Amino acid sequence: MRDAEPLIETMAGQLRGLLAARGIAEPMLVGIHTGGVWIAERLRQRLGIAAPLGQLDISFYRDDFSRIGVSRQVRPSELPFDIDGRHLVLVDDVLNTGRTVRAALNELFDYGRPASVLLAVLVDRGGRQLPIEADVIGARLKLMADQEVQLTGPEPLQLVIQQTTP
Amino acid sequence: MSATSIQLDPQGRLLHFLTVEGLTRRHLTDILDTAESLRGVAERRVKKLPTLHGKTVVNLFFEASTRTRTTFELAAKRLSADVLNLNIATSSAVKGESLLDTLRNIEAMQCDMFVVRHEQSGAAEFMARHVKPHIAVLNAGDGRHAHPTQAMLDVFTIRRHKPDFPHLRVAIVGDILHSRVARSLIHALNILGAGEIRVVAPRTLLPTQVETLGARVFHDPGQGLRDVDVVVMLRLQKERMERALLPSEQEFFQRYGLTEERLALARPDVIVMHPGPINRGVEIDSRVADGPRSVILEQVTNGIAVRMAIMSITLGNHARPAGGTV
Repeated sequence: MRDAEPLIETMAGQLRGLLAARGIAEPMLVGIHTGGVWIAERLRQRLGIAAPLGQLDISFYRDDFSRIGVSRQVRPSELPFDIDGRHLVLVDDVLNTGRTVRAALNELFDYGRPASVLLAVLVDRGGRQLPIEADVIGARLKLMADQEVQLTGPEPLQLVIQQTTP
Repeated sequence: MSATSIQLDPQGRLLHFLTVEGLTRRHLTDILDTAESLRGVAERRVKKLPTLHGKTVVNLFFEASTRTRTTFELAAKRLSADVLNLNIATSSAVKGESLLDTLRNIEAMQCDMFVVRHEQSGAAEFMARHVKPHIAVLNAGDGRHAHPTQAMLDVFTIRRHKPDFPHLRVAIVGDILHSRVARSLIHALNILGAGEIRVVAPRTLLPTQVETLGARVFHDPGQGLRDVDVVVMLRLQKERMERALLPSEQEFFQRYGLTEERLALARPDVIVMHPGPINRGVEIDSRVADGPRSVILEQVTNGIAVRMAIMSITLGNHARPAGGTV
């Protein structure tokens, strides 16, 4: 069990610097359900971003539909702004294979054509199967293949590392 | 095995959607929640999800229908499936091909889902029993038996306006006897725990033992519509008149037609529904059909999201090997 707030503070610092370096004054934050939305909301408050939060549920964009079907906890995706020409920050809790981010990018582009997309994650646990990297990383974790890291929340936000049942 | 059990796998997941009868509240709320998350797709620039990319859906319509077929077609296309529309009423059925032969022929075209409408009760269930295991069958209306996707879009529409089901009062008015819509809707409302379901119709248009479906019977709309939250008007088929179950359209309208005056008996925030197509001046007055209480066109819109949900859930469950892990 590990408190996630200090990691979010780290993310906020990195993101602030990155946005300044790129001259992005009004970024739009988009969280991936569920953990990504919790983190994005905290980043939005810390960075004082006025624009509302976007939320993505990538269930219908997953590449493993033909193996596992539709998730029971699917939620509506909501982007309460026009993303055309805007600078987006995509936020997720754990970056592993990169498949979730691939699905999220595909979904984003069905809403419009953003000027740029940055990726911010709480935890990068390696394990990539696609050419995807994060721009902002709260922590890098080295985990065994049979270990799993999960974010529990929304209050308090905590990272839990568990053995997966074989 | 009944239609209820053939549509579920050993883990109780939906493989086909033939009837709402015998399903659990969890099955129905899963469909409704999934549909809720699919509703926004129509407002996006790209009104399409990649979920059923590479799948082929066949609309097998042995009975004419424009609206139902169109919304099934749109639902499949918005999930990126390829769609084939076959109106068999005008082709092989006339040539005497059996249902099983038709099925085998279309199966040979490597399809993944059959959407079946047929004038015979049990036709979709028959298909589900005989298709190859990777194919999902959806019932788009079979005889007088069931029209489960219509029932789901109806309860979806009701839930969006009146989420408090335990205190909900629904009146279903008109030709209950011949209505697969009414039968499926009564089952769905009961499964979801609706407070009170009423059927309002003359004796000649009610099935025997209608009470066993779980509905209160009223012959007089003056009583049946009192204080209801939802009025569902059913389409009156003209051919019923010819078979002398009814005196005339005019008399039906006078006794049962939904007018502003009758609607005033219901709760002030009542919603008016109809599965379409409506017969203006027969079961419903134009002022009501086009009025502020009517959600008839919203039902059509919701039908697309609800059918998308049912398609993605059933085909998704086919994909998953029984007993497999996520």
